Amino acid sequence: MEADAVLDCMGLYCPMPIIETTDKIKELEVGQVLEVIADDKGIVTDMPAWCESTGHEFLGIEEKHGEYRVYVKKRADQYPITNNQGE
Amino acid sequence: MAEKEKVTIVVFSGELDKALASFNIATAAASMGMDVTMFFTFWGLNVIKKNRGPLKSQGLMRKMLNWMNRGGSQRLPLSKFHMFGLGTWMMKQLMGEERMPSLEDLMATAKRLGVKFIACTTSMGTMGLGEDAFIPEVDSFAGAATFLGEARKGTVNLFI
Repeated sequence: MEADAVLDCMGLYCPMPIIETTDKIKELEVGQVLEVIADDKGIVTDMPAWCESTGHEFLGIEEKHGEYRVYVKKRADQYPITNNQGE
Repeated sequence: MAEKEKVTIVVFSGELDKALASFNIATAAASMGMDVTMFFTFWGLNVIKKNRGPLKSQGLMRKMLNWMNRGGSQRLPLSKFHMFGLGTWMMKQLMGEERMPSLEDLMATAKRLGVKFIACTTSMGTMGLGEDAFIPEVDSFAGAATFLGEARKGTVNLFI
């Protein structure tokens, strides 16, 4: 699958892949696709759950030799993550 | 979409493993766009105490308590296999080898994602702790009604 940006989460365990995804997706434009590469099996169910909660679109997952490539399409921020000062 | 979902976590325990579990869930929830409040009470206050400097308190019993129960994120024991610090040191080594975030990393991430920290004033009063005993990341000092005010709107409410 073609992606506009790639995020390497190899070697990282939950919850770091979804936290890094949260940061990375802010850099993308709406409609662009982010590819997340990880080897923690938790991402197989964590990323769809993260997408359902944040409103971004889960496009699919490819697994090869314990390496997972997850594709997420950015949707308009429905739940903007605020910093501590902004509400 | 409707209002943000709310998550509250009561951090009652002052042990490293339970603090890690609390912050793991808090950061994950915040990254999923939820509004997260952590309420630190009793031994849980140890998680948000400053790591450096003396704890000021009045009276012999409170001085003894705060000497034996110094707290601070870097001093928390494991709930199992602490072994006078050796087990906890080993667990931190293993976590480091696996590139897992430390408790301090998770606390900083939680703040960056907007997680609110509330310290329980009743426990502070009992233990003789002032606001200056705590890290500046604490947002407010409050009681059970404040927690319940948040928790009644919460879809996920945890006690750890």
